[in-house]
Amino acid sequence: MNGVQARRRRRGWLYIAPALLFVLLVVIVPFGQLIALSFSNQSLLGGGHFVGFDNYVKIWNDSAFWRALGFTLKYTLLLTPILMGLGYALALLTVDNTPLKKATRTIVFLPVVIGLGSSSLLWIWLFNEQVGLLNKALVDLHIIDAPIVWFISADVAFWAVAISVTWKVVGFGTVLFVAGIQSINSEILEAAVIDGAGYWARVWRIILPLTRRVLLLTTLISVIGSLLALDQFYIMTAGGPRGQTFTAVYWIYQNSFVAFKLGYGAALSVVLTAIIMALSALQIALSNRGKAE
Amino acid sequence: MSAAAIPAPAAARPARALSPTAYLVGAICVAVSALMAAPLVLSFLASIKTTADASAVPPSYLPQALSGESYMKVVNFQAGLATYVGNSALVAGITIVACLLLAAPAGYGLARFQFRGKEIAFLLLLAPIMIPYQALLTPLYLDFAKLGLANSHFGLALVHTVLQLPFSIYLMRSAFEAVPKEIEEAASMDGCSSWQSLLRVFLPLTFPGLVTVGLFAFINSWNEFLGALIFMNHETDFTVPIMIVSVRTGHLGAVDWGALQASVVISIVPCLAVYLLLQRYYISGLLAGAVK
Repeated sequence: MNGVQARRRRRGWLYIAPALLFVLLVVIVPFGQLIALSFSNQSLLGGGHFVGFDNYVKIWNDSAFWRALGFTLKYTLLLTPILMGLGYALALLTVDNTPLKKATRTIVFLPVVIGLGSSSLLWIWLFNEQVGLLNKALVDLHIIDAPIVWFISADVAFWAVAISVTWKVVGFGTVLFVAGIQSINSEILEAAVIDGAGYWARVWRIILPLTRRVLLLTTLISVIGSLLALDQFYIMTAGGPRGQTFTAVYWIYQNSFVAFKLGYGAALSVVLTAIIMALSALQIALSNRGKAE
Repeated sequence: MSAAAIPAPAAARPARALSPTAYLVGAICVAVSALMAAPLVLSFLASIKTTADASAVPPSYLPQALSGESYMKVVNFQAGLATYVGNSALVAGITIVACLLLAAPAGYGLARFQFRGKEIAFLLLLAPIMIPYQALLTPLYLDFAKLGLANSHFGLALVHTVLQLPFSIYLMRSAFEAVPKEIEEAASMDGCSSWQSLLRVFLPLTFPGLVTVGLFAFINSWNEFLGALIFMNHETDFTVPIMIVSVRTGHLGAVDWGALQASVVISIVPCLAVYLLLQRYYISGLLAGAVK
């Protein structure tokens, strides 16, 4: 090893040191503190001491948390196929680079860049049974007879949130799928046309299989996003009616910052992090496998 | 969006004669666009109605008369719109600067230097992806309270930086890796130190990457909700997402729907403007972050 190489090695570390220090101080250390906190009964008002695994035992018996987690899973399981299916359909529709299709893609993508808080407040107005234009439009189109009161039952409120979130994020998948489909070697598709494969045969036999990795990665990103949902429920349902639409993150927020039970909230956070970590690990593994291929 | 498009159903036919399918596909595109744009358009139209018109039952699609009433109410809402936009801009500004200052050198170090432990360092830098930032808010809140960063825009910007850093580093590493080795060698032949190479040679060449990092930092910070909700407890410190929620709560419980939609429009416009101006950078960043 000569001196220049050794100096370049030290230089390498020097350049990444600020970011490394930041992650250490603002992510790794706080994560350690979170775990320590989860073994205490600390309150937002101060105080607290070590309580061992009490919080975790409490989680085991906390039906409200399991209900929130169950609701989050239901939300994720119902919404993800809609987002991916609709996103993919829109990608197939707009994949060619004609001006109309490019414009459609841009418009479909617009809601992705606005805030979830903004879109939720926009939709809570559209859904309103008195002043909401969605109800009026549905009545005017004779789809419904009278305005729907969207937020009176958990089931209907769920679909109201699902509709607004679909509008907000469907373009995310569309843009990624369009890129995936466009990167397919056009010779393969031309060969299929010559062999007499119809459009849908090409979609099922060629396009879908060849965009499998993008589809999987986008699904994972979407699943993680849905599992961490909060803003839309905080604004549109406030967890109601009767606490039936609390999500996992919302329930953690409720415990930590509304009920001031930081220790317990920390234990809930650790459980949620474990779930998310498993999924992220899967995402990174998939990304790397794709690179190696 | 570089590769050639796949042949459309009608591609085998002569290009000029549009088939019925092509017309149908075109019509669906127009319908989808109209459906997707409608909420934004209706929200804007509601924001320029008079207050009474905006809360009329049953509602109308179009304003009866144009009015700036709702916007004036938002401008004068509590501490004033300027304060809230200023707060959001400050937090977003600090987030952008922090992301660039941390991610550009880190990307350079990871892409251009060989050293032991680099892979572990890279994984550590990506750790915030594995730990949802929502879980870190409680310990950070307690730490910031001790450091006097509670209720500070700087503290909130640090949280937004956590959220944005892994993506930023990932993107900058790819950008630095894409610079040809010959250019770096030429720079060092000319007597540039690695630091001078970074400033004079690499940063200009990785400029699109820097723009993308800044763009995502801006949009995600501007829109971030939960951190701002927890960290900002004083009305005068609120960022725009928290302000618009307060507009809905309003006074005396009755919702001023016109003012609410005006505040929604105000919160949306900067994101749409920045996105439409820098669309190319945004899409390339999205693809790099999600797919590669």
